[in-house]
Amino acid sequence: MVEATPPKIELRGICKSFPLGHGQVRSVLDDVAFSAQPGEFVAVIGPSGCGKSTMFNIMAGLETASSGEVLVDGDVVTGQHEHFAYMPQKDLLFPWRSILENTSLGLEVAGETKKIARARAASLFAAFGLSGFEDAHPFELSGGMRQRAALLRTVVQGRDVLLLDEPFGALDSLTRTEMQSWLQGVWSQNAWTAVLITHDIREAIYLADRVVVLSARPASVRLNLTIDLPRPRALSMTTSAEFAGYERTLLTTLHEETRSSKAP
Amino acid sequence: MKNSITVKPAPAPRIRLLPALAPPAALLAALVITWQVAVTAGGVQPAILPSPQRIFQQGWEARTAIWENTLPTLHETFLGFAVSLTVAWTLAILIDFSPGLRRALVPLLVASQAIPLIAIAPLMVIWFGFGMLPKVIVIALVTFFPVAVGLIDGFNRTDRDAINLLRSMGANRWKQFVYVRLPSALPSFFTALRIGIAYAVTGAIFAEYVGAERGLGIYMAMMKNSFRTDLVLAAVAVTAFVSVCLFLLTYVAERAIIPWHSKERRSRHG
Repeated sequence: MVEATPPKIELRGICKSFPLGHGQVRSVLDDVAFSAQPGEFVAVIGPSGCGKSTMFNIMAGLETASSGEVLVDGDVVTGQHEHFAYMPQKDLLFPWRSILENTSLGLEVAGETKKIARARAASLFAAFGLSGFEDAHPFELSGGMRQRAALLRTVVQGRDVLLLDEPFGALDSLTRTEMQSWLQGVWSQNAWTAVLITHDIREAIYLADRVVVLSARPASVRLNLTIDLPRPRALSMTTSAEFAGYERTLLTTLHEETRSSKAP
Repeated sequence: MKNSITVKPAPAPRIRLLPALAPPAALLAALVITWQVAVTAGGVQPAILPSPQRIFQQGWEARTAIWENTLPTLHETFLGFAVSLTVAWTLAILIDFSPGLRRALVPLLVASQAIPLIAIAPLMVIWFGFGMLPKVIVIALVTFFPVAVGLIDGFNRTDRDAINLLRSMGANRWKQFVYVRLPSALPSFFTALRIGIAYAVTGAIFAEYVGAERGLGIYMAMMKNSFRTDLVLAAVAVTAFVSVCLFLLTYVAERAIIPWHSKERRSRHG
């Protein structure tokens, strides 16, 4: 069967193991496979230490997989970084650069002139609620603003897929809720394809079109759950019966995984 | 919620010089007064221990000679330190780019600090004479180590996640260096610079002491030989003053070159 349009991104049989010495290996990823359609928001959750970040590093071309392939638009791109824009958990805004200089860093590194890079980043400041802070330095910004600046730096690179590694993990819960609601809003207005790693089940359901649950280490896909909630999503949806149903399904799956990971 | 977050402006960077200088100045004054009283009351011979008043008086009378000997010392210090900085930066950058060179060179750098200067400095005079060169070499030898180590360490302490972020953007090793490793290392460079500059002046004095035509070191040696303890101590006071000035100069340079560092640090400590 020939598919009309290949998924924007697809992982096929990704395995990763590390040598432990004495001929032993630790298997971290075992046949991880999932995909995201263009413009789809996929959240990945799993027990702590299950190898989610390793999976991201492989997608971003920072680590090599032991086997398996990463595909973008149907082409194998394993080990190539230029299709992915990566947003780590820490905002990693550099104190020696202004917010505008920080957000345009990716374009500058990619070889754009400073002028063009900064103009492109500046054009997004209003949408990211950062107007007027172009010349501010990171330490002058609140945690939520720093995270929005980090996301702007990721988005402006214009890559095919956004990789968001627990972007709100370090924020307090009120700011996190605000950020989720804001991200949901800007995402609805743009056609970004995004993969989000999170520990937060409610965040995953609220933001994503699909939630992928990874098993305990070695990680493989345990559940691939489509979240059929209308968009744009209001915060009030998080108290609906449907939302609670998704939450229960995910929680049950995750608990089974956490229990099995503790068994010897 | 867009634009709803207001932000406190960062506190203006200000050098709070007076509160920083008052306690050491007061302590110094107390010590000098005690010294003055002890020497006057105890009737100590000036050739053994002159009073602060006498040191100042005699030093002032000899000011032309002291000034003429201070200039070459300063000249050597700057030249030696410039050589030291050049060598330290070159080595640190080479080491940062080459793990092989790091393994080969770092133990030798450490070993270079085990060379007893007291034995080497007189040999420098035998090898290179009484001119500028042996002083520059001694100063460079004693100061390049802390600067090089501070830089190597600074480059190395760059956040791994920041490197990974740059790699995900497609930055090669050189761009990673320019965009992250170099700026990350600058705060520890300035710390190392302060240690280096503190050694630089004493290094110059030491190199001159074992043989020179002019300079504060040879001036001290000559005054000691003619039992002018007061002038030796006057020269010591000038040396200390010069060292403190150079030390403070590093703070000025730091604020000019990495203004973000002190602002960020202050904002983090509330």
